[in-house]
Amino acid sequence: MRLRDIPVTAWIGMTGIALALICAVFAPLIAPYGETDVVGAVWQEADAQFFFGLDNLGRDILSRLIYGARTTLFVALAATAISFSLGILLSFIAAVTGGLIDTVFSRFNDLMMSIPTLIFALVVLAVLPQHLIVLILVMAILDSTRVYRLGRAVALDVAVMEFVEAAKLRGEGTAWIIFREILPNTLSPLLAEFGLRFAFSILFLSTLSFLGLGIQPPTADWGGMVKENKDGIIFGISAALVPGSAIAALAVCVNLVVDWLLKRTSSLKGGRGDA
Amino acid sequence: MSNSPGTESLPGLRFRERFPLLALVIERMILSILLLFAVSILIFGGVEALPGDFATTYLGQSATPQAVANIRAELGLDRPLVARYFEWLGGAVQGDFGTSWASRNSVSEQVGNRLGNSLFLAGFAAVIAVPLAVGLGMVSVHFRNRLPDKVINVISLAAISLPEFFIGYLLILYFAVNFGIATFPATVYAGMGIIERLQAIALPAATLVLVVLAHMMRMTRAAILSVMSSAYMETAELKGLSAWRAIVKHAAPNALAPIINVVALNLAYLVVGVVVVEVVFVYPGMGQYMVDAVTVRDMPVVQACGLIFAAVYIFLNMLADILAIVANPRLRHPR
Repeated sequence: MRLRDIPVTAWIGMTGIALALICAVFAPLIAPYGETDVVGAVWQEADAQFFFGLDNLGRDILSRLIYGARTTLFVALAATAISFSLGILLSFIAAVTGGLIDTVFSRFNDLMMSIPTLIFALVVLAVLPQHLIVLILVMAILDSTRVYRLGRAVALDVAVMEFVEAAKLRGEGTAWIIFREILPNTLSPLLAEFGLRFAFSILFLSTLSFLGLGIQPPTADWGGMVKENKDGIIFGISAALVPGSAIAALAVCVNLVVDWLLKRTSSLKGGRGDA
Repeated sequence: MSNSPGTESLPGLRFRERFPLLALVIERMILSILLLFAVSILIFGGVEALPGDFATTYLGQSATPQAVANIRAELGLDRPLVARYFEWLGGAVQGDFGTSWASRNSVSEQVGNRLGNSLFLAGFAAVIAVPLAVGLGMVSVHFRNRLPDKVINVISLAAISLPEFFIGYLLILYFAVNFGIATFPATVYAGMGIIERLQAIALPAATLVLVVLAHMMRMTRAAILSVMSSAYMETAELKGLSAWRAIVKHAAPNALAPIINVVALNLAYLVVGVVVVEVVFVYPGMGQYMVDAVTVRDMPVVQACGLIFAAVYIFLNMLADILAIVANPRLRHPR
C-alpha cells in the first residue's frame, strides 16, 4: 500500500487524532495556564490572551481543553483496549471450543445486550463507588458485548478453514489456535471495529461525564466541561460548545479513519462493490 | 431465533403445523418474556451483588454501625435477597415499584406521569425521523457514488459523531437564545394544549431526529444496496425489466425486512437517546428522573426506570423480529 492511495478524508482523520494525542501527551508544556487555575472573571469573553475565553469559574477554557484531551483520550483508550481484549478473547474461546461454553457465553452476551448500554451503565454506576478505575471497567465490560458478537462471527468463519483443522490435528492447544491461527486472519475487520468502538467510547464517556457520572471535577474532561458551562447557554455564552465541538471533531476524525479501513477491508475480500 | 420446538406434545405439534406463523410469533413473545425476567434478575440481583452498601453511602463513611443497621432495617435491606427480589418483582408486575428512598414518594406515581411525556417526545421524533430517513436512504442509493450520495454520506458521518447534548445546546443557542423562535427549557404540564405541547418539545424532538436520522439513513442505504447488488437484481436488469418494475417486483419485497429491522432498532435507540436529551432540555420525563435518582443513589427509582427502559427496548426488538418474520418467508423455516 502506498501513501498516495490513502484518501484525503483519512488523512484529515489521522491528522486530527494525532493533534489530540499530542495535546494529551504534552499537555503541561502546551497549555498556557494550569488545569484548575482561576485566571480571570467568570465567563470572560475570548480575546488575544484567552483564546476561547474563560469558563464558569474563570478558568482558561483552552488550557482545560488541552488537559481534558489527556483524561478523555486516556479513559476512552483504556476502556476500548480492555473491552477489546476481553471481547476478543472470550469470543474466540467460544468459537474455537464450541459446545456448552459457546452456548453459555453467547446467551449471557445476548442477555447483557438486551439492556441498552447507557441504561445499564446508569444502573451499575448508581451502586458502585465513584472512581476512575470503576468507570473504565464499567465502560469496558459493557462495550465488550459488542466486540464479542463481532469477534465470534468473524472467528467462526475462520475456525472452519482447513489450516485451523490442520493445526488441531497436529495437536496444537486452544491458545495457539486462537493467537497464531485465527487472530492474524481476522485482524483487518477487527482493526476497523477497534476504531468504531474507540469513537463510541469517546462519545459514551462524554455522555456519562455530561450527566455527572463520569470523570469528577475539578479534573478537566470534555464531557464534564460541557456540563460545567451549560448554564451559560441561556445567556448566549457559547463556552459549553467549545468542548462539545472538540468531542465531535475527535469522533468525526476517528470515524473518517474507520470508514477508510472498512472500505479497504471490503475491497480485500473482493466483495461485490458497495456497502 | 430459537428453532427448538417448545411444545413436544401432540396438540402443540398439530398447532404448529396448522399455524406455523402464529406459532413462531408466540414463541418469539415467550422468549421476550423470559428475557425480560432474566433482565429483572440482572437489574435487581446483579446490583445487590456489587460492592458498595447503600446504607453506608447514605450516612457517609463515619456512620456508627448502629446507625447503619437502623437504616438497613428501615429500608428492609436486612431481609434475604431472594425474598426481596420476589416482593419487588411481584410489585413491579402489578405496577407498584415501591417508594423512593430520597423523596419517600411513590415511584409508580412519578413514573406514570413521566413515562407518557417520554413516549410522547420519542414518538413525535419517530414520526418525523422514520419517513425522512428511509426517503433519504433511497435518494442516496438512487444517486449512488454521485454527488448527492457523497454529500449525504459525509454529512451523516459527521452527524453520527455528534454527541446528543452538543446538538441540543447548538439548537438552544441558535433557535431559543439568538433567534428566540423556540422555547427553552421544554416545560410541559398536565392539561397543556396539544399545540402548546408540540411547541414546547420542538427543540428536543428536533435534536432526537438529528441524532437518529443519520444512523437510520446509513443503515437503510446499506440494506437497499445489498439487495440491489444481489444476483437476481442483475438478472432482472439483464432480462430487460424496466428499473421501476425491477424495484417494485424484485427489490422492494426483499428490502422490506431489513428496513423494518433498521427502523425498529433505531426506535429502540431513540428510547435511550431520550435520556440525554431530557437532561439537556430539562424535560420532565423518565430519563431525567433516572439520572437524578442515580446521582443520589435512590435505588428503587433507578431499578424501576432501568426495568422500564429495558422492557421498552426488548419490546421494540421483539416487534422488529416478528415483523421481519412476517415480511420474510425464509425466516419462517429456520435451519
